[in-house]
Amino acid sequence: MTTQTDIQTFLDQDQKKDLLRLLTAGSVDDGKSTLIGRLLFDSKKLYEDQLSALERDSKKMGHAGENIDYALLLDGLKAEREQGITIDVAYRYFSTNKRKFIIADTPGHEQYTRNMVTGASTANLAIILIDARKGVITQTRRHTFLVSLLGIQHIVLAVNKMDLVDYSETIFNQICDDYKNFVTRLSIPDIYCIPLSALNGDNVVDDSKFMPWYHGQNLLQYLEEVHVGSDRNFEDFRLPIQNVLRPTLDFRGFSGKVASGIVRKGETVMVMPSRKTSVITSIYGSDGETDYAFPPQAVTLTLADEIDISRGDMLVHPENLPRNERQFEAMLVWMDETKMDPYAQFFIKQTTNTTRARIDHLRYRVDVNTLDHSACEALSLNEIARVAITTNKPLFFDPYHRNHSTGAFILIDPITHNTCAAGMIIDKLNASDLQSRITDPEIKRLIDGGKSLINLSEMEKRYHQKGVTLWITGLHGSGKNMLAYHLERQLFDSGATVVLLDGSTIRSGLTRELDDSPADRAEQMRRVAHISRILNDQGIIVICSFIASEEHLRQQLKEIIGNERFHLIFMDADLDYCRANKPELYEKAEQGLLQYLPGVDEVYEKPENAQLCFKPMAMTENIALTMNYLQQHKIFPLD
Amino acid sequence: MNTLTINNLRELEAEAIHIIREVASSFEKPVMLYSIGKDSSVMVRLAEKAFYPGKVPFPLMHIDSQWKFKEMVTFRDHYAKANGWDLIVEYNREGVKSGIGPFTHGSKVHTDVMKTQALLQALDQHRFDAAFGGARRDEEKSRAKERIFSFRDRFHQWDPKNQRPELWDIFNARVHKGESIRVFPISNWTELDIWQYIRLEKIPIVPLYFAKERPIVEIDGNLIMVDDERMPPEMAKKAQMRMVRFRTLGCYPLTGAIDSNATTIEEIVEEMMTVTKSERTTRVIDFDQDGSMEQKKREGYF
Repeated sequence: MTTQTDIQTFLDQDQKKDLLRLLTAGSVDDGKSTLIGRLLFDSKKLYEDQLSALERDSKKMGHAGENIDYALLLDGLKAEREQGITIDVAYRYFSTNKRKFIIADTPGHEQYTRNMVTGASTANLAIILIDARKGVITQTRRHTFLVSLLGIQHIVLAVNKMDLVDYSETIFNQICDDYKNFVTRLSIPDIYCIPLSALNGDNVVDDSKFMPWYHGQNLLQYLEEVHVGSDRNFEDFRLPIQNVLRPTLDFRGFSGKVASGIVRKGETVMVMPSRKTSVITSIYGSDGETDYAFPPQAVTLTLADEIDISRGDMLVHPENLPRNERQFEAMLVWMDETKMDPYAQFFIKQTTNTTRARIDHLRYRVDVNTLDHSACEALSLNEIARVAITTNKPLFFDPYHRNHSTGAFILIDPITHNTCAAGMIIDKLNASDLQSRITDPEIKRLIDGGKSLINLSEMEKRYHQKGVTLWITGLHGSGKNMLAYHLERQLFDSGATVVLLDGSTIRSGLTRELDDSPADRAEQMRRVAHISRILNDQGIIVICSFIASEEHLRQQLKEIIGNERFHLIFMDADLDYCRANKPELYEKAEQGLLQYLPGVDEVYEKPENAQLCFKPMAMTENIALTMNYLQQHKIFPLD
Repeated sequence: MNTLTINNLRELEAEAIHIIREVASSFEKPVMLYSIGKDSSVMVRLAEKAFYPGKVPFPLMHIDSQWKFKEMVTFRDHYAKANGWDLIVEYNREGVKSGIGPFTHGSKVHTDVMKTQALLQALDQHRFDAAFGGARRDEEKSRAKERIFSFRDRFHQWDPKNQRPELWDIFNARVHKGESIRVFPISNWTELDIWQYIRLEKIPIVPLYFAKERPIVEIDGNLIMVDDERMPPEMAKKAQMRMVRFRTLGCYPLTGAIDSNATTIEEIVEEMMTVTKSERTTRVIDFDQDGSMEQKKREGYF
């Protein structure tokens, strides 16, 4: 039977087609829905009854006069149909002889950035619609920015309504030039411009007879042929573990979708975060056992060794590891109706990993229309910002531009459980940026919160003192501790209640996991500042003897402890004095055996606003001056 | 040379398996709703694959409206047994007591009591916090905007204005106690994809999908099969044998057949490629009122 063989062939070929996921951006006025309707209609996907229902609806509420209103095909929900706008993401399906397509149709209005970002997150390609009469407008720029933010590699600039500008080549070229000019600021590798008329079908599925000057492909041809296969990352093997299968005692399989890279039977793989390695003994794909797997296949792997692996872990190649960090920078799109609470602790979901996250810092907000940056305190719906985030558990990630699957995350509101933001990781934080998290708004809330039943004046009366922090800064060997210890003795002997914190006090336990790198040192200082704050709240005087070598760090300490309570004492000793005092330390640093020594390979910024400034030689005098200072400022004794 | 491309069907399959696994490991008590139709059959096969060589860690549940085609029930019981599924069958006991049925009460009441209410009762009774459904976005206009993880409040209601954004393949599985999620792993499949997959994977389906001589009565332009003696005799006596098949399956008095000679999947696809009606037009319930599917979905129907 010929038909039977034909249909067999058809099905066999159909099965082999690949899938292109595309996004359409533009407003109703640009004729976007008409364009999609045309694509579906002309590619013969529309069934007759959908068409007859359409003709009936068009007469009732169409916006296209006597013509068929293709937009009605797409605007699904009843209320929206009546308003004549699409307000959510709608997915449409069609296929041609060469490819299958999924269209994410998203609206163009400013308030619906959320929907466009949603649609763009799964798309390989974006069609950006322009009305030929209007050219590149604010909305075009906004759409293009969002497309580039979500890392879409291919853009079709569909210059629509060419029929209304007499099919003018000059106008088309002008628009393309304008657009390309703008787009150089963003990173989009592949841009293709097509002049068309969706209403009349010019250059949509059939070449236009009105634009003989255009020699490029029509829209459908382009969509059928554009190469998107290489957009996938085949280099960095990442398999986020979803489930562990244990059907029998001797079978232990690890399931997940290959996020990127290729994995082969017999290869050595490493488990994040345990860093244990083993060899892959089998790979189960959709068709039983297979020798290798690649994205986006969903597989189950077995390993040669019994190692502990659970959901949220990641299998990788040992010579190609993802970042493994708790802190990172990201672009964040706020998606919740409720404004961001910058103090909240969110749930974060990245690959199959879920943990808690805080937003440490909003670096800047991006205006989607102008791409300008501005400072901001919190984000509202549809706003976009660059942020620094700290998570409770480390995440295994790659920068989003390199790997969408491991660089993307969502934030979930801890109370409503709504998906409140979408994020794209830029990279881990630079060590020098880490200090900024000390200004975490969380601290302000902590400080403003928790009130003791004993009020401050009661405590002051009891102790005859004000709870303040005397922070002694200066280079290694400048005599900080000498001053600190003697001052503690003197204060104690005079009846004050005092606590001394220095490097040895805190390193023994409080900060034992931290080292001397700038990032860890900032973390140590943050903890010290918090303890000082707590002790000051109890009315106790704290002496802190720590270098705190940078001015902005000292500023942050001051913010944590409180402006009124933070008193800075600077041991102003020159490097020669310090070196003579601690010769071994400085020698080691100068020979490169020791890193991060302020004054040697690290900057020490002399404070310019210290309350007291001492030369180290005059110890007795320094103590007397300090005691005097405390008395004058009514800190101790209190009257 | 290894090939690194994946065809559309395998891509859709991988996406569905990923979704099914996410639900299994994120929820305490998931269930897979099983309608016995072709889409359900595909979904069930995907679940089997997702946990192969292990056993699927959740049960199947069929909401039996008591008016399904007899062949469907036979197929259901046989399939579950043969493939080691844990099968739950639930129905609305009150509805049965009151004798609710499509002939006596009309399609609207029957669907509401015996399908929507029955489903909600069963979900509450078993305290399922996630329920898989085999709905596809290309079936009907209001479904084109449905999320893959579709959030339902404690009254199982769907609010199309207040859906969670869904990005990449990262699904938000957080619900409060009493709230739940409906999950549609084959959202992105088209009718043709379903047939292709059934053909590729040799998935068994209910024979009603293939053309055969069946006793048919024409009611309001729908070809209704006389499946049992509950059809009023004045209707049933008009029955004539006709070569028909069904494009979708539901309650027999509410599911119209189409004239067809297609007895193989290939013939069905061929017929589908040239057919002039989309698949849900044979479902009587969609035509109750304008935007009626959306209305039913808001109330908790799938």
